[in-house]
Order: sequence, then structure tokens, then C-alpha cells
Amino acid sequence: MNSIKDRAALIAQAAQKMNKEVYNDSNMKKIITPRHELQRQSGKVVTLEEAIKRTGLKDGMTISFHHHFRGGDKVINMVVDKLAEMGFKNLHLASSSLIDVHEPLIEHIRNGVITQISTSGLRGKLANEISHGLMKEPVVFRSHGSRGYAIKSGELHIDVAFLGASSSDPLGNAAGFSTSENAKSICGSLGYALPDAKYADHTVILTDDLVDYPNQHNAISEADVEFVVVVDSVGDSSKISSGAIRDTKNPRDILLAKQAAKVVMNSGYFENGFSLQTGSGGASLAVTKYLRQGMIDKGIKASFALGGITSHMVKLHQEGLIDRLIDVQSFDKVAAESLMNDCKHKSVSANEYAAMLEPGSATHYLDVVILSALEVDVNFNVNVLVGSDGIIRGAIGGHPDTAADSALSVIVCPLLRGRIPCVVEEVTTLITPGSNVDVVVTEYGIAVNPNRPEIKKRLEDAGMNIVDIHDLADKARKIIGTPDPLPFGDKVVGVVLNRDGSVQDVIKNITE
Amino acid sequence: MEVKNAAAGTLESGDILIQIAPAQQAGLHIDLDSTVAYQFGAQIKKVITETLTGLGLENADVKATDKGALDCTIRARATAAFVRATGKDVWAD
Amino acid sequence: MFVPGNNPGMMQDAFIYGPDSIMLDLEDSVTMAEKDTARLLVHNALKTIDYGKTEMVVRINPLSTPYGKKDVEAVVKAGVHVIRMPKTETAEEVKELEQEIIKIETELGCVGRTQIMAAIESTLGVINAYAIATASKRMMGIALGAEDYCANLKAQRTSGDSPNFGMELLMARQTIVTAARAAGIDALDTVFSNLNDMDTFKREVEMIKAMGFDGKSIINPRQIEVVNEVFAPKEKDIQKALTILAAIKEAEQRGSGVIAVNGKMVDRPVVIRAQRTIDLAIASGIINKEDI
Repeated sequence: MNSIKDRAALIAQAAQKMNKEVYNDSNMKKIITPRHELQRQSGKVVTLEEAIKRTGLKDGMTISFHHHFRGGDKVINMVVDKLAEMGFKNLHLASSSLIDVHEPLIEHIRNGVITQISTSGLRGKLANEISHGLMKEPVVFRSHGSRGYAIKSGELHIDVAFLGASSSDPLGNAAGFSTSENAKSICGSLGYALPDAKYADHTVILTDDLVDYPNQHNAISEADVEFVVVVDSVGDSSKISSGAIRDTKNPRDILLAKQAAKVVMNSGYFENGFSLQTGSGGASLAVTKYLRQGMIDKGIKASFALGGITSHMVKLHQEGLIDRLIDVQSFDKVAAESLMNDCKHKSVSANEYAAMLEPGSATHYLDVVILSALEVDVNFNVNVLVGSDGIIRGAIGGHPDTAADSALSVIVCPLLRGRIPCVVEEVTTLITPGSNVDVVVTEYGIAVNPNRPEIKKRLEDAGMNIVDIHDLADKARKIIGTPDPLPFGDKVVGVVLNRDGSVQDVIKNITE
Repeated sequence: MEVKNAAAGTLESGDILIQIAPAQQAGLHIDLDSTVAYQFGAQIKKVITETLTGLGLENADVKATDKGALDCTIRARATAAFVRATGKDVWAD
Repeated sequence: MFVPGNNPGMMQDAFIYGPDSIMLDLEDSVTMAEKDTARLLVHNALKTIDYGKTEMVVRINPLSTPYGKKDVEAVVKAGVHVIRMPKTETAEEVKELEQEIIKIETELGCVGRTQIMAAIESTLGVINAYAIATASKRMMGIALGAEDYCANLKAQRTSGDSPNFGMELLMARQTIVTAARAAGIDALDTVFSNLNDMDTFKREVEMIKAMGFDGKSIINPRQIEVVNEVFAPKEKDIQKALTILAAIKEAEQRGSGVIAVNGKMVDRPVVIRAQRTIDLAIASGIINKEDI
């Protein structure tokens, strides 16, 4: 006989050998709630305060955020206000970036709620205060690629990530857009938030649209999410394209963009299947417009466009001029909507986008990048973080990552901004080393890095006027005079890390 | 030299607004507000002083609001403000 | 390219867009209250800013206004290349301006330095075009100012979608080109003010080039590319210019100041024009620097 009763002794024996219990049917109880009701609830959905309590967050720990809503972000201020109210102190705030809208952090820093910051950039009053020495500990600046990798490797350990999402189901499958009819916001790619979601000890999703399970095309998986908090608004999508992103009508930007497009078209890399990225800043964004005509005229198509994706890029993609879009951050609403609707427009996490040590990072496969700059010096070093007045007013972003990994990096930068020189003897702060910068386009001429003589020759053969970068610096000095030295103090208010994790430069405080 | 309240220039980018008023105390007093004060404050004051003293103005209160003007613009605006404040003809010589 | 004479930001930037000529304006773009400050600004800009090879023009106020003569003094002292006289109606007005210029130039010891361009902006001016064009040796060009001319003519400006596009200016344009050619000077067309209608602008530039004009006045850097494209020198012009420049080089090597091409003497303006053709051809990417 071989019924289950007959095998009971053997089952018990096997269980004992495997150090397991014997199955007991009376422990099982079927849940009979209609499943469409279950799709809308889960134990993970709690209030913000409860989520904070249950993550076990303690004084001195590290909290993280993303900045995909840019000027419209509401999550950072909301969460830090709550943390302050709950009495937390000495927190380390690690955001993918911080901008003007995060000005309220100043009070939280003064009150000791936040005592350390890691970010890609700082702008506005917060940046001004920090430049003048607001914080005891220097701010640590990393590029987007480095931040992603530092989180993965554990160098930047995150205790609790608070991540805004435009949709999430009750289990935490979350996205930067919502396909439901109650959609309130859209930011597109959640690229900078993905390392946080995956590697933080605890991940809290904040959403303004709780959708039924399963939320599809989710960027963040429920497996990585512990709590879901429903809030009125995670961000104002209309402000995504504010800040560094402007569509330009400025004739100087247009001139620079046209010249940069000409550089790309004659660089030797402009051929079928090339890949392309443009950085923020009016002129570098506008380059796409002028490349488009060249691509049509010569019958050239790009394999992919990378990075901050703009509506210009989406247009070229839809016209069949760019095959795929790889999106770490959607720079405007058109790009965000394209990501939602187009399967050839995919999002990518920060470490798979631009990390030096991640072999699969998309930047390793990038031909041409067009970037802006606050300053370039005669050794082609670039500064995109600290203004010529010594005050922090920008972000590293993916600048050093893309400049280093691409086959050709083109910096677009006016020689003068009012009376501020942009081609100088030595940059105020070193962000992208000159060895990674190939061409500098200004309204007074184009300079090519001496270590790329073949590029210089190709551009000259195309009839372009190439000048020595020293001549550009001289020209600037001749027009505006020699600036006085800046009133720097002795306190270090910022530390700039290189892509390889080494310390590359420090930023001193401004005393006046 | 008799001075009355006068101004020249605008607050547009690349320009400077120079306002001249009768001196409260002897000498030229320049109150400068500039977007590039750290780097060029001293230079801007120098150009204004040289321009005005060159025209023979020794005593006045000057308020300058600078939006990144070049030296030639500062000179032009200072001269224009001087002409308006004193009624002197600068082309005569 | 027209640049308002009271906007320092635009004045210092204008050069980078590569117009052949920059015209700093003291007339219509400057309000009465700011005539004095603009004059000083233009004076200082001309003296200080390095405009490279760009031809510098200043549009002064009419001599009949209280500002005109002061404008002349200020810009001649600053070394302007060309004075543009607005609303020119007769040869006498040109002569009057010439006298003013001579007065200042004599003071400075540089007689003959300043050239004159006359803007013709009325029916009487059009009728007198040839007399104006030949009124002075300093005349380098005549230009059409269409808005005032049309008001005077009692005709409406036609728009790009009208079948009669440009008809109201036909006679004025033909007269001006003909007068300029007869006088051996340049003819320049009026501005096109709708910056957003680039297609009509291009049509107009093509039309006036076909009519014989040497150039077009513009109001924004965005218009430069279209003008350059339409006016880009053709193969034949480039070859001719290259021959002239080669002859100069040869003459220099021989140490001779006399330049001849195909047995004909070459005047300085021809040389200048040849150089401009080549510059334009390089700028338009038609030829390379090494080819010269």
C-alpha cells in the first residue's frame, strides 16, 4: 500500500533529516476577498510618519532623494520638514541633485537636522549660503555616474531612500509617469532614483497616484520597496524644464549651436549609426536642431541618443533619424510622455548610464557629446559647478562621465557672459579634466585640444577657423580686463570627487 | 562746479546706471552695486573716478548700478551723467 | 546689421555674428530723451571695441534736427568708417554733411577718412537718386528706407502672400540700383522686419539680388545666414577674385605698386571686393583656406 498515510513515517523522517516541519493542512486558510479589492490595498501603504518610524531611521543616518522633478520637486522639502518635526538630527542628505526650490533646507541645516550633504549640484540661495560657509562639513559632489556606482559599491551607503513617483501600486511598483486617469504628475525616467531603490536598506515610495496592482512599465520594483506613502503632490511637472533647461531664442546661443553642429558634422564621427548626447544649457540643447538638418541632408541616422532626453531628441527619434532613446532623465514633458508610450525609448539607471567602473554603462558606447560650461581654461579643464564669483551655482551632472567616455566631447560656451570671462587661465574649480575635453566652441572661435590633432585637421579641411585656446583667453581679457582675485577664505565648503572615487578638488568659502 | 541730480544708463544686461547727486561732503563718493563686484568692483570705481575727475568733477555723490558693463560703456554713461548733472559740453575740446 | 545705439549689450555682441557691416543707430531706435547718452555710448564703443574687419557705420540724426551735427562730430572723432544719413532728399543735403565732416576731419588732421551712405526714404529722394549718389566723392552707397518711402508714396506695404508682393517698391528699388550703378557705388536694400517669416525674407533677398542690389539691411543676427546664402559668391566670381589676389601677390614680390590683371589696372576697391568675395567664399564653406 502506498497512500499518504502509509508514507507518514517516511515524510516525518525526511523532514527531520532536512530540519523542517511536517506540513499541517489545518494551518492553511484561504482568503476569500474579491481580488480586485486586494489590488488596491497592502500593508505597505502607510503615512509618511509611520513609514519613517518603521524604517528604523535614526539620527546620523543617510537619507536619499532624486531630483527628476527639478524646479517642481516637492518631496525633499516635504520629507525633511517631517523629519525635523519628528526631532531627527545629524542626518546625511544624499540627493542626486539640489536646486533653487530646496532653499528651505537652509533652516534645517541651521537647526542641525541636516549636517552633511552629498549631491551632484547646488543652486540658488542654498548654494549661496553653503558657499559662504553655512555647513560645518563640506558638501561632497559626485557626477551622476559616480553616485550610481558609489551607491552600488557601498561607498555611499543609504539607510532610507525617499523616492517620489508619479504612480505606484500598493506594493510599490512605481514609475515616473502614470497611465491612470487620475495621473497628477509626470517626470518620465527615474534613472537617478534606481540605484537608491535597489541598494538602500529601506525604500519608501511617495506617490500622488496610487494605482491598482500591477502598475505596468514600472521602473522601480515592489521587491525593493518597503513602504508606499500617498501624498497630494510629488512635484509640479510644468517646472521640469525650468532651471538649467531652456529652449533658446538668444542669437548667441543659436550661433554657438550652429557652430557646434558643424564641428560634429565634420569631426569624422558623423556617420551612420553614430550615437549622441547633449547636455543642459540653451546652446548645447539647441545643437540637436541643427544636426537634424545635416542628418537629413546626408542621409545619416543615429543608433541612439543618450542622457537627458529632450523634446528635440524625441522629434528626431519619431522622424526615424535616431533609432533608440536611452533616458536617465527626461528634460521636458514631451520626453517624459515619449518614455511612457514608446518601447524604443527606455530608461536607464544612473550606474548603467555613466559609471566609469560599470562595463555596461551606455556612455562607453557614446560617440559624440555636446556639453556646456561655466568656465574652460587654457588647458581645456572645465568647471560647471562654481561661478566665476566663487559661488556654487551649478551641477556636475554627467559632464565628466560623458566627456571621458565619449569618442568626441564638444564644449559649447560663450567667451563672455556679460563681464564674466568663460575662457580663463585656470578654472575656479576643476570638474572635468582637460584630457577628456576635445573641442571648445565659442562665439569668437573654436579651439581644439592639442592631443586631438586629427580633429583639428578635419575641421580646418572643412573650412572652419580654428584658433588657439590661449588666444581666446587673451581676447576675453582684452575685452573685459583682468578680474581681481576672489575673496576666498580658508574653510573647505565642498569636495569634488573624480569618477574613480579619488578627491579631485576642493571648494573654499567666499568671505564677502 | 554746480551739480544737480542726474542719471544716465539703464539696468539692462551689459549696461550701467549712473546717478550723480550734489556732494554731501567733499570729494567723489561712489556707491557701487554690481553683478561682478568681486572681480571688477575696483576697476569699475576706477573708471568712474577717472572719467569724472578728467571732466573736472571733484565733488559729487555717485550711485552706480552695474549689470556687467564694459569699461567703454561705463565711461560713456559716466560722461553722459556728468553732462546732464552739470550742463557742460564735453565735445567742445 | 542695424544695432540700437543705446544698447551696450547688443553693441558689443553684434560683431560675433559676422555681418559685413554694423550700423549703430542714433536715429529711430533712440528716444529723444536718450540722444545724448546714445551718442556718447556709440562714440566710446567705436573707440574701444575691436570690431575686426567689420565695416562700422553710424546712422546719425538728420542735420535739420538739434542732434545731427553733434552726432557727426562724435562719430568722426571716434573714427567711424561710414556715416549713414537718414531721409536724404537732395544732393545739397549730402554736401552739407560733407562740409560738417570736413570741418571735424580738418581739426583731427585726417581729411577724407569718413565715407557717406545716403538712405533714401521719400519720393523726392528717389527722384533725386542719381544726384544724391554723385553728390560727393565720399559717397559709398545709397540705401532704400521703405517704411517712410511708402508712407510718402501713399502705398501700403504688401505682404508675402499677396500676388503683388514687392510691387510698391519696384520703382524705388530699380531707381536706386540704377543710380548706384551709374555712380559706381553700392546699392543696399531696406530691412525686412518680420523675424518669424524666414521664407518670405528669403524670397525678398533673392529678389533684390536678382534686381542688382549689393546687399540687404538686416535687423537681427538670425537673418545673416539667409543673406549670406543668397549672396554667396558663385564659382565665376571666386575664380576672378583669386586671379586678382594672385596678381597682387605677384606685384608685391616684384616690389611694384601697380597691379594689372589681363592688361587692365586694378583699383583698390576692386582688390577690397576681391578679398571680400574670397572671405565670403571661405565663410560659406565653398573654398578652403589652403586653396588660395
